[in-house]
Amino acid sequence: MNGAAKQTAFDVLVVGGGNAGLSAAIVAAEAGRSVCLLERAPRFYRGGNSRHTRNLRAMHDAPTSVLTDAYHEDEYYEDLLRVTKGKTTEPLARLTIRESCNSVDWLEQRGVRFQKALSGTLHLGRTNAFFMGGGRALVNALCRHAEALGVDLVYEAEVVDLHLEDGFCHGVTAEVDGRRRDFTGRSVVFAAGGFQANIDWLREFWGDAADNFLIRGTPYNTGEVLRQLLDRGVQQIGDPQQCHAVAIDGRAPKFDGGICTRVDCVSLGIVVNAKAERFYDEGEDFWPKRYAIWGRLVAGQPGQIGHVVIDQKAIGLFMPPVFPAEKADSIEELAGRIGLDRQALAKTVADYNAAVRDGRFDHTELDDCHTEGLNPPKTHWARRIDTPPFYAYTLKPGITFTYLGVAVDEKARVLMADGRPSANMFAAGEIMAGNVLGEGYLAGIGMTIGGVFGRIAGEEAARYASNVA
Amino acid sequence: MLQTLLNTESAAEAERIMTICNACRYCEGHCAVFPAMTQRLAFTPADLGYLANLCHNCGSCYHHCQYADPHEFNVNVPRTMAALRVDTYEAAAWPRFLGRSFRDNGTWTAVVTALAVALFLLAAALFIEPAALFGRHEGNFYAVLSHNVMVTVFGGVALFVLAAIVIGMVRFWRLVGAPPIREAGLRDIAVALHDALTLKYLRGGSDLGCTYPSEAPSKLRRLFHHLTFYGFLLCFAATSVGTVYHYGFGWVAPYGYLSLPSLLGTLGGLGLLIGPVGLMILKRRVTGSPIETEASRKLDEGLLVLLFLTALTGLLLTALRGSELLGVLLLVHLGVVMALFLSMPYGKFVHGFYRLQALIGFALEQRQGRQRMGQGEAGTSGQRQAAE
Repeated sequence: MNGAAKQTAFDVLVVGGGNAGLSAAIVAAEAGRSVCLLERAPRFYRGGNSRHTRNLRAMHDAPTSVLTDAYHEDEYYEDLLRVTKGKTTEPLARLTIRESCNSVDWLEQRGVRFQKALSGTLHLGRTNAFFMGGGRALVNALCRHAEALGVDLVYEAEVVDLHLEDGFCHGVTAEVDGRRRDFTGRSVVFAAGGFQANIDWLREFWGDAADNFLIRGTPYNTGEVLRQLLDRGVQQIGDPQQCHAVAIDGRAPKFDGGICTRVDCVSLGIVVNAKAERFYDEGEDFWPKRYAIWGRLVAGQPGQIGHVVIDQKAIGLFMPPVFPAEKADSIEELAGRIGLDRQALAKTVADYNAAVRDGRFDHTELDDCHTEGLNPPKTHWARRIDTPPFYAYTLKPGITFTYLGVAVDEKARVLMADGRPSANMFAAGEIMAGNVLGEGYLAGIGMTIGGVFGRIAGEEAARYASNVA
Repeated sequence: MLQTLLNTESAAEAERIMTICNACRYCEGHCAVFPAMTQRLAFTPADLGYLANLCHNCGSCYHHCQYADPHEFNVNVPRTMAALRVDTYEAAAWPRFLGRSFRDNGTWTAVVTALAVALFLLAAALFIEPAALFGRHEGNFYAVLSHNVMVTVFGGVALFVLAAIVIGMVRFWRLVGAPPIREAGLRDIAVALHDALTLKYLRGGSDLGCTYPSEAPSKLRRLFHHLTFYGFLLCFAATSVGTVYHYGFGWVAPYGYLSLPSLLGTLGGLGLLIGPVGLMILKRRVTGSPIETEASRKLDEGLLVLLFLTALTGLLLTALRGSELLGVLLLVHLGVVMALFLSMPYGKFVHGFYRLQALIGFALEQRQGRQRMGQGEAGTSGQRQAAE
């Protein structure tokens, strides 16, 4: 496949081969443009973080083949405002939401299949459409479709230089098979992801804590393209510390551990730090609405470590994690196993147990099991941790993607530092998700942003390329 | 006792992989393996034997896996299940020492086939007059070998084969820790039959088909398997109708080309020619890491070759039955059919029965919404009760 691109001059260049880049490439090719897509990863690892995704969040005013009930624009937007605490760009957010109602059909017409929501889906069947076979199946289908349309897919092509001049991009230089090659395009779509796999860059904003971060997705998103754009006159958006981060099993691989490293029992137990102290309300809300804050919470603790402690009563109520739990017949013994002070953990559990007010435990609703006189409180699903054996999972922050990105307008045009849009540069996906996501995360919206802006970027890039042809 | 036979390397690898899959679950929509997996928190060898026999080796979960080779988790569900399936075949076999036939089934099948054909030819050379053997008999093969001899030889072998298969099924049911069969109602059996006869789980969970032989979805595997299976069924029907004709109506073979037994046999034979060849070609076009093992591939190919030879010799016999080749063709055909018979309990043929049993267990579990298979002697009740 590599070296497939015999020619080096195209109507549209796409940098990055995830959902956003593939969507852009497909739309541009369907408009009759010649398209080259430069993918940094080898073929197996193609697709960036899309490879690890499972669903997208889609607005719909009536039930569809894969989504139940309805999910209207205003509810979607309110959900987004809640998780971002208002840090979004309303026109772009509303554009994303409105266009999301076409996402499922658009993908199905290009070979992607969806499934009914099942057990592992965190009960998102109303708001989120699940890819049959997951994100790699989606990437495979879109790559097949793109190839059938004649898109030149070049793997292991690392973009090392952008040919920028006054807000105009003439092309890029990429290293392919150890050789530098120039690719020119009348328009260029940047869909190269965030910079979360670049630990040095993370360290600029997080200090040494960054060394303890695990990167859930692709190791190829090191942000070189983003850095060049920002260094060369493109307007930055997003807080560099903000990202989609969840608390994952501390034994997960440094990169690419994906979904199976999740630990879904936080709301069923307590979480303590290295000092064996609790630090946040574990029962604040349903886990699907809270899993995305725990990465930051753990990142803020000493050594970027947390330990979730549960007892036998919790077993079977959550998704089985990939790594086995530490298990012991007493809290003190458990503390020894996870490297905590025995007395300190025993006291924390005892204080918590004493504060638990009995209620009717129901994990499917915001029940009345809570603590009183405890700081921080546990406001739902609080049951005493008193039934051995006891179990513990050690948590670390798992970074999905960073929000620092390039500013865009409603045509996916990259905005320059002076606020004017570039004539021929477009951006889609994680590299511009910060326009919509100022902070927090809403399950499935990453793929929605990538798909919507990918399609817009592909259409606008194709239009520009045909106008100047 | 029986279940401890499944404490194999493949079972250990399957446990490792199912633990990863159960934390991911992206493949839930593809087939029965994953919904069955999600009803469990931990996996005993009996559970894994059950899951392995639910797997149709379609490859969808492999091509869609974010953890497949070269990822460090190296997840390959179809290959792991294929290896473990062979272990279950061996463990369930009766008599037990013949379970070894599954370890190198290619050699086993070749030897059995060669011996069977040679034996028929040798016996013919010794006991049949050359005039009868090489003469023209207007298609009347009973002039070469009498009906009674055929019935005695094949009837005896068939009884043994039937016993071996039935005992194998009973053993399999215990091996995978299934509850008493009466707990599965007719409804579960009907659901399982439907899923097996339609090859529901070779659809990859969508209208596009499974990702076999490459990562692009295709309906060819299912089509060729249908041709093979229904071809076999038609041939079986042809023999059955012939038996009814013979004993019920006193109509003795040969039957005309347009008679029911001939039509059924010819149609079935065509399916058995095209189906196995198609499956064999697809097998050679599999891309990516192998989703089968050496042992499972030999099993598959052994049966495919035997079915193909059965159809080929049968059709040749039908076509040339008026010539002096009748005798030799008949003996070769009978030798191949005998080899097919003998390989039924000791070859890929058993997958149909065990798959059906696993699907019955799956239907039962789905209906009751909880784990029922994999319990028995190797079950670990503590975790399981918690899961329920």
